[in-house]
Amino acid sequence: MPLELTVNGDRYDLDAPALRTLAEALREDLGLTGTKVACGEGHCGACTVMLDSIPTLSCITLAQTVGGRKVTTIEGLRDHPLVDAFVRADALQCGFCTPGQIVSAAALVEDDPEPDAEVIRHRMAGNLCRCGAYPRIEEAIRTWRG
Amino acid sequence: MVEEDALDPWPAGPLATVGRPAPRVDGLARARGEVTYTADVRLPGMLHAAVLRSPHARARLVRIDLDSAAKARGVRAVLGPDDLDVLTREPGYHGQPVAAVAAETFGRARAALAALAPEWEELEPLLDPDEAVRRGSLVVEPKRYLRGDVDRGLAEAEVVVEAEYRTQSLLHNALETHGSVCVWEGSQLTVYTGTQFVWGVRDEVAEALGLAPDDVRVVCRYVGGGFGAKNEAGSFTLVAAELARRTGRPVRCALTRREENLDSGNRNATIQRLAVGARADGTLTGLRGEYVCSLGWDGWLPSTAGPMQMLYACENVETVEYGVKINTPPMKAFRAPGFVEGTFGLECLLDELAARLELDPLELRRRNYSHSDPLDGRPFSGKNLAECYRRAQPHWERREEVRSRSEGAWQRGVGLASQIWFGGGGPPSYAWVRVGSDGNAVVVTAMQDIGTGTRTAMAQIAAEELGLPLERVRVELGDSARGPYAVVSGGSSTVPSMGPAVRAAAGDAARQIREIAAQRYQLEERLLSLREGQVVSADGGSWPLEEVTGLLGDAQILGSGARGPNPTGMRVLTFGIQVAEVAVDIETGEVRVERIAAIHDVGRVINPLGASSQVEGGVIQGLGHTLSEQRLLDPSSGEVLTQTLDAYRVPTMADVPEIVVDLLDIPDEHLTNLGSKGLGEPPIVPTAAAVANAIRDATGADVRSLPMSREEVLRALRSARERERVAS
Repeated sequence: MPLELTVNGDRYDLDAPALRTLAEALREDLGLTGTKVACGEGHCGACTVMLDSIPTLSCITLAQTVGGRKVTTIEGLRDHPLVDAFVRADALQCGFCTPGQIVSAAALVEDDPEPDAEVIRHRMAGNLCRCGAYPRIEEAIRTWRG
Repeated sequence: MVEEDALDPWPAGPLATVGRPAPRVDGLARARGEVTYTADVRLPGMLHAAVLRSPHARARLVRIDLDSAAKARGVRAVLGPDDLDVLTREPGYHGQPVAAVAAETFGRARAALAALAPEWEELEPLLDPDEAVRRGSLVVEPKRYLRGDVDRGLAEAEVVVEAEYRTQSLLHNALETHGSVCVWEGSQLTVYTGTQFVWGVRDEVAEALGLAPDDVRVVCRYVGGGFGAKNEAGSFTLVAAELARRTGRPVRCALTRREENLDSGNRNATIQRLAVGARADGTLTGLRGEYVCSLGWDGWLPSTAGPMQMLYACENVETVEYGVKINTPPMKAFRAPGFVEGTFGLECLLDELAARLELDPLELRRRNYSHSDPLDGRPFSGKNLAECYRRAQPHWERREEVRSRSEGAWQRGVGLASQIWFGGGGPPSYAWVRVGSDGNAVVVTAMQDIGTGTRTAMAQIAAEELGLPLERVRVELGDSARGPYAVVSGGSSTVPSMGPAVRAAAGDAARQIREIAAQRYQLEERLLSLREGQVVSADGGSWPLEEVTGLLGDAQILGSGARGPNPTGMRVLTFGIQVAEVAVDIETGEVRVERIAAIHDVGRVINPLGASSQVEGGVIQGLGHTLSEQRLLDPSSGEVLTQTLDAYRVPTMADVPEIVVDLLDIPDEHLTNLGSKGLGEPPIVPTAAAVANAIRDATGADVRSLPMSREEVLRALRSARERERVAS
């Protein structure tokens, strides 16, 4: 089936079966491997991308349902101040969950540029980090403007 | 080659680079999603493998249709149970590999598994660990240890406390699942894999396939976590290698999250039947422990009795450890295996004793302090546990204030627990340092960075020795064909094993640079040193490093270094203490951990920023072990029920309390040219016991089973009330 996607401002014309997930389309068809798949069932948040400005689990989103919405992945956020904030605050260890964390955080600070700890903890609770970088992730989001 | 012990130790405290906080050198690339994990490796023509796994804990394969699977759409090769040692017809646990398929896409490979249409004869599984001990179903011989006379010791005691503790089976759940991509070039096999031990995988795969070790090249540049589960090659690697051999194409075999929770290892459950005796002043007169460790279908027996044998000065200690073989998935190392479980039992037991003796728990620990190794009397290379206790005092003294904030059903209290673990590392490990004419350095060693900050720590060490700023040092690792042997990233051994070798290699390179400068400027070599990117003469005068190395043209300075031996006749250990503050709802059994202070003695700290992150991470993982994580089995069938990350509950950001990290940063003067020990494991060791002891402080209840579910907390509260009623 033909599939039209707008990812990080670029338009792509693909051919994808009905059950292709957005994560697969991004990673396998477009080679955008910054988006990680850690559970494949929508439980961990590693695959988070933005649809327009809504953080969305790309591993349980069918690519064909995205329609005209704009997809933003970590590749589209590489120059976001949050990236430096994460490095500065040491908000990652193995780094596998980090792209998903940063996408979720970017959506959060877009809604609320000065989130307090409670808001951060609530909004980020869907992004698991097995290394336990949580206190640093919280700090990175609190200090994202530098 | 320079052996590291030829170099003088550095002074204590922060140096130019070592001992100062450094953001991870690979942090930006990881954060921007630019690095290639094994999960991202895609090779031209690559096939995808899927594995048929046993749906039963114990069964016999009656029939399997390999031909139909071979004819399924997109399938390029099929492996049956007779084709590979890691596949079986008689699985002993739910999830054991039986057959495998390689196909053009993962979807096709999975679809072909259905065509295998296996038929099973189900067999009765053995699941009860005590029953397994009775039947003699053990993976290894029981481990027995005795010093002194425990019967006499307990008979002489003023107070004896006996209790049974239980710890649950836990799943690592690193976010990158286990996986490998294998590709053959002639008789050489390249394995891209997420591993904690490049060299171990090389040797294991070579042996399994009958190859010379160097016919196997293992590549692992980035790993999405390990926690002990990625120390070995794993069946998935051997499946990928064999399918790649048969098809002549690269083959990827990676576990799904559900497979990860079945067959990538676990922390084994334990039953601990413990006794302690003490005089009225708290002096321990005897310790006894029986440990039943549910290893599963295979594995090894971690030292669960280690804390009982090693933490306190006690003349009379007797332990027995059983590693039982039952029809559950095999255990693997999990961050301080054995000591996490054993410390929970021992440190809860000690606090129960303190309560009976009406002694301050911290004072009880001080009174039984061991000044030499209780196992054999050897001196410690460095032990600053007393200093940890001293620094714990202000956190401990918050007790009255914390308790006074109890309100209604919410009762508050403070608890503590000590930590002991290995972490001294050892030889062999090697590193090379290459300096080019631009005066920049590259550290080359075939180790791996599983997320612990290895690249950063090694870059700091080399930068310090070469007098270079951090940004002029790169670290290249993760390829067995492109660097020398390095130790497993496990056992908290990376920094203490590799760090001294890297320093030695940098020292060798620095010596060569001084030699060149001495010749060029007609100076005595012994007057020259490297600092701040300069070659500096004690007589005055300094030259930018690149001016000296610029003389090289295309020539390069190559330094090499090796880890020397550990100090003979000494015991090298890490120590620490954690103090937990909790709130317990005595009506519902809900437990909220509000604050943890983690104080650890791990020798010199290379990177205080990364180190405190790692301590926080260890505490948080420990809190998961304490409060929410548990692999659940169907008790009659042995089926693993918690296969997903909604069922198996790892901590989220919302679960994290305030964590205060205090690292002593006292170099171990007897250990290597760095005096550094490992840090990965110590912070997870005492957390559960500290929380349990805080619950006792808050409520009088003895929580003895992990995780501390509401049911367990309510049970402990009920039996505490019962005890009080009987006593009055």
